[in-house]
Amino acid sequence: MLELRNICFQVPDEKSRSKREIGILKDVSFTLEDNQFVVITGPNGGGKSTLAKIIAGIEKPTSGQILWDGEDITDMSVTDRAKLGISYAFQQPVRFKGVTVFDLIRLAAGTDISVAGACQYLSRVGLCAKDYIKREVNASLSGGEIKRIEIATIMARKTRVSVFDEPEAGIDLWSFQNLIQVFEEMHSQLHGSILIISHQERILNIADKILLIADGELKKEGSRDEILPQLLGTDAAAVSCDKVKVK
Amino acid sequence: MDAIQRELLEAVSGLHEIPTGAYNIRANGASIERNSTANIEIIPKKDKSGIEIHIMPGTQNESVHIPVILSQSGLEEIVYNDFFVGDDADVTIIAGCGIHNGGDAASRHDGLHRFFIGRNAHVKYVEKHYGSGDGKGEKIMNPVTEIHLGEDSFMEMETVQIRGVDSTRRENKAELDAGAKLVVTERLMTHGTQHAESYFDVRLNGEDSAANVVSRSVARDHSYQLFTSHIHGNHRCSGHTECDAIIMDDAKISAVPELSANHVDAALIHEAAIGKIAGEQIIKLMTLGLTEAEAEEQIVNGFLK
Repeated sequence: MLELRNICFQVPDEKSRSKREIGILKDVSFTLEDNQFVVITGPNGGGKSTLAKIIAGIEKPTSGQILWDGEDITDMSVTDRAKLGISYAFQQPVRFKGVTVFDLIRLAAGTDISVAGACQYLSRVGLCAKDYIKREVNASLSGGEIKRIEIATIMARKTRVSVFDEPEAGIDLWSFQNLIQVFEEMHSQLHGSILIISHQERILNIADKILLIADGELKKEGSRDEILPQLLGTDAAAVSCDKVKVK
Repeated sequence: MDAIQRELLEAVSGLHEIPTGAYNIRANGASIERNSTANIEIIPKKDKSGIEIHIMPGTQNESVHIPVILSQSGLEEIVYNDFFVGDDADVTIIAGCGIHNGGDAASRHDGLHRFFIGRNAHVKYVEKHYGSGDGKGEKIMNPVTEIHLGEDSFMEMETVQIRGVDSTRRENKAELDAGAKLVVTERLMTHGTQHAESYFDVRLNGEDSAANVVSRSVARDHSYQLFTSHIHGNHRCSGHTECDAIIMDDAKISAVPELSANHVDAALIHEAAIGKIAGEQIIKLMTLGLTEAEAEEQIVNGFLK
């Protein structure tokens, strides 16, 4: 069980002469139960990605606590949280010269996984494994390809908590349908908790719980049936076609 | 061969024992093993130290190993090796030098390799440089490579120096006739107070000749690297040179790419980039459970692979 207690995150306002602080997150508290599927939604710039980075340990909260099965892990490093069982999929996956897709999946799995084993994860995210396994995770991959590889690395980790920051961004419609399946499978097979930041109605639609974060505050929290009807028609729950139109 | 010599041999040529095919193994200033085959003849030079390697026209899929190992501290030598590759031959040449210096005097090997590659021949040339031993004496290597590529021939050169060489100055010159192609890949890592200089001078003399010179390097600690690459487009040709370097700690790196087009249809490109490891790369690998040091090692190893 992962619990966030009164999380605040402030950054200095560079425009202000008086060096005042801007609150990116203001007193956010919630609990991610074991085997729960939670989606965080809300407008851009509302603090969702910062929250995901705070869970992974990439950002440190200005105040507040993060508890893992009751143990305070607020000061724990990124590495130790990863070893504990937290995975984090980047919104904009990182590219490496020389590191291959296989290297990355092998590191994610943490064991001497076989090429065939690694290929299974790629197939699950809709990539033809033999075309990709030896490729470098460099600038030659498209945005959608690297995004799917990122999801495959999280699947390979098989951790108790998996956090995805806008996994659908850059993924085409056909893959999007597969993506939903991937999350459903992960949820049913892994018996781990999944936390996804997303605006997509179809992802919100498979959540156990939905959180709405706006202006750095947790505005709404509740079951899908409770929250989703309130969000439909807003930016927080866009259907794919709406997103295309907006662009 | 003793244990140290065997270790050096393995590091520079991947050999555990005497190879098959043609070879010449040089240890502490003298040739200790040599073998010629029906198509590849290795003969010692008469006027100076070194060998001539004659590869018959049409030789297919054969290899030549010419490793050099120095385990005697304070030994300094200059060796001249000439390769004559016949028309239509297809061969792999594996050179390399390993120095173990357990003493206080500098050990140095300067290998001058000249390649005369016939029409339509295909050569893969691999050289690895490696140093070991914790004596105060420096391990120095100054290889010079001169390449003459005949019409429609192809050469792929892979040069690797990952560990232990204190000082190196590598000079590489190439001249290409019509339709010839040269691909050079350099992999270099320096550490401690090492000093490494690489010079490439490629002349694309023939019509439709092409060259690609790519260097990837990592400089750590207080080491210094200089990479200079000059491509001359003297006919309708295409040339590309690239230097991509990771800088760490208190190291210093200079990259000097240079292009000279002497023909209106010469298409030449250079790229050079130097930078430290991106913080987000380290963080990504830390989210997979690696420590910061392990992440750094993984990124460097991948980069130099």
